[in-house]
Amino acid sequence: MTKTLFNKIRFQQLQEELLQLQGLRAPLDAALPDPGLGIINQSFPHGAFPVGAVHELLSSTAEEAAATAGFIAGILGTLLRGGSCLWVSGHRNIFPPALSSFGVVPDQVIFVEAPDNRKALWTIEEGLKCESLAAVVGEVRELTFTASRRLQLAVEKSRVTGFIHHRTNCITGNLACVSRWRISPLTSDPPEGLPGVGFPGWNVELCKIRNGKPGVWRVQWTHQGFCVRTDHAPEITIPVKKAV
Amino acid sequence: MGRYLSIWLPALLSDRLLRLRPELGKIPFIVVVPERGRLVVKAAGPLAVKKGIVRGMVAADASAMLPELRLFHYKPATEERLLKGLAEWCLRFTPVASADPPEGIVLDISGCPHLWGGEPPYLDAITGSLKKNGYHSRAAIADTVGAAWAMARFGGKDLIVAPQQQQEALQLLPPAALRLEPPVQERLQKLGFNHIGSFISMPATVLRRRFGQELLTRIAQALGHLQERPLPLQPAPVFREQLPCAEPVHTRTAIDIALETLLQQLCHGLQQAGKGLRSAVFKIDTVDGGSQEIFIGTNRPVRNTAHLLKLFEPKITTIVPGMGIEMFTLEAPAVEALSGRQEAIWNTLGGTDTGTELAGLLDRIAGRMGDAAIKRYLPAEHYWPERSFMPAGLFEKAVTAWRSDRPRPVYLLPKPEPVIVAAPIPDYPPLLFRYRGKVHNIAKADGPERIEQEWWLEQNQVRDYYVVEDEEGSRYWLFRAGHYGAEKPQWFLHGFFA
Repeated sequence: MTKTLFNKIRFQQLQEELLQLQGLRAPLDAALPDPGLGIINQSFPHGAFPVGAVHELLSSTAEEAAATAGFIAGILGTLLRGGSCLWVSGHRNIFPPALSSFGVVPDQVIFVEAPDNRKALWTIEEGLKCESLAAVVGEVRELTFTASRRLQLAVEKSRVTGFIHHRTNCITGNLACVSRWRISPLTSDPPEGLPGVGFPGWNVELCKIRNGKPGVWRVQWTHQGFCVRTDHAPEITIPVKKAV
Repeated sequence: MGRYLSIWLPALLSDRLLRLRPELGKIPFIVVVPERGRLVVKAAGPLAVKKGIVRGMVAADASAMLPELRLFHYKPATEERLLKGLAEWCLRFTPVASADPPEGIVLDISGCPHLWGGEPPYLDAITGSLKKNGYHSRAAIADTVGAAWAMARFGGKDLIVAPQQQQEALQLLPPAALRLEPPVQERLQKLGFNHIGSFISMPATVLRRRFGQELLTRIAQALGHLQERPLPLQPAPVFREQLPCAEPVHTRTAIDIALETLLQQLCHGLQQAGKGLRSAVFKIDTVDGGSQEIFIGTNRPVRNTAHLLKLFEPKITTIVPGMGIEMFTLEAPAVEALSGRQEAIWNTLGGTDTGTELAGLLDRIAGRMGDAAIKRYLPAEHYWPERSFMPAGLFEKAVTAWRSDRPRPVYLLPKPEPVIVAAPIPDYPPLLFRYRGKVHNIAKADGPERIEQEWWLEQNQVRDYYVVEDEEGSRYWLFRAGHYGAEKPQWFLHGFFA
């Protein structure tokens, strides 16, 4: 009996060590920002949204990109906590006033317009090294494994959270990012009998998460924040690379 | 009574050109300046002068005389800048120097010449050094600025006027030597006054009635009856701090302390002057006579001790104290204006620490991609979507709040793109629209939200915005420009909702 318990504890310790080696530290303080992802949290290691890591979000069309930007903004709302954030993109296409409906104060976002992909990646990396920033969002067209490894190494030191909005039509290989998401728009369902467009709804697919469980959820952004719809059982699927 | 030295640089512009481009030594050239719709010679090179081209000639005439003549266009204020630079250079001979355009420099040399062994060697030293640098010059020393000016330009071989002898020295010079306006000079010429001596001792009342007060003032200035003080040049302040050590030091800690102390002093000085440094040199002198330097540069003017200390930190390890360091020097060779408000960046943007890091990051980004790449936005009080936000500096604070009562798309197209729609009923959202070859059937829609153009800014058609969702769930921001009426209204796609 004692031996089993001991083994279990030992197993947990080893797992912790392994996680640390992979750049995922246990959340140090209980007051870690929780973006309110509800049931999705169960899929993350330690049961909390991984901060101080680089997340990759894939999108191929403009509609998906808008949904992805909304999702990122929703998470940023809780991550920023009065701090500032760097938003790197090729040219500014974000409409700053819209960010305020996702709980982000638009004047706390510093937009950087990088003329090419290389400079964008350089800016993202420099931003991720800067501890005074709460988060860095970067829109890139191309991301290689080496580049993603550099970004991951940068955050492991600085504990800044990075969101790489990867806008590509190609199938992408494995990257060193801690997770890979794909957000696509979903038909909204306004309350019964009411006309018009309801709250934005997304199909949130967590294709890959290091030391977690991938899954697919239907998420709504309401006035109270994220609302994961639980009217159907979350279908856990093995992520399949999408060919578009 | 003081002693003044006036330097005349008769060929300042051509000397400068020859200095910059020695290959012009074999080519005749002129410097031209536009005047009343034509180009006039402002300065001529030595070869052009030899061929009879003089100042004031029309450039076309000069080119006709000498077809191989090369023309250079005069850039405004070049002469003033050059004179100022030369006057600064002259500060090695006297602490008080000033530019005296056109073509002159005035030095207050009271108490200086004996350091060179008297006035003649002093004068030779100045003209000699100027000649070595390629500038032709004539200089004269007298008790007054006016007399020195006259002797430098019109005097004979005797360029040093003994104290109190200016009246005698001026006797034989033409009236132009008194720095007179051309009309006065002309009138004197007409009346046959070819030398200053012929009218200098006339009663003041007579001269004033005929030639005005100016002549009297100039005579009084030249003779020293009226004090004339040229405005001395203010040399750029040097930002330099020194810290001697009572005992030679060896340790890293000591170097750190010295650097921090010096940086604090330097930054304080910079703050007083409203400047920030762009580069800094940290110099150490060791006991055995050696000296070492470390250098840092910044992308923007900085006077934040912590930030600068961080820039120096990785380089401190390269210092080899050897027998011990006896003197630390910190110098800022390049400084730029820095307003106090910039220091407030880190406070308005919030963040966990003092924000020096963020400033450093923006420094590096701006250095690599230019200032224009970094943007921050504040709300603007306009309904028109393109005008509802405005670019702002990093330290500005919002005056009004951001509005979130109306649905606004996350992505806004920089320019609305026309779409083809099927809209059967006026003032109703369309049934479907075609964008980039794809047909979107509209399942749900909200609107219209009418936004009028602000007529005092721009006259344009009104926009009726609809939030629409197609069957796949993608949400768009469409608008119809203009009212239903004689013309068929145009529909546009303006943004994508999350």
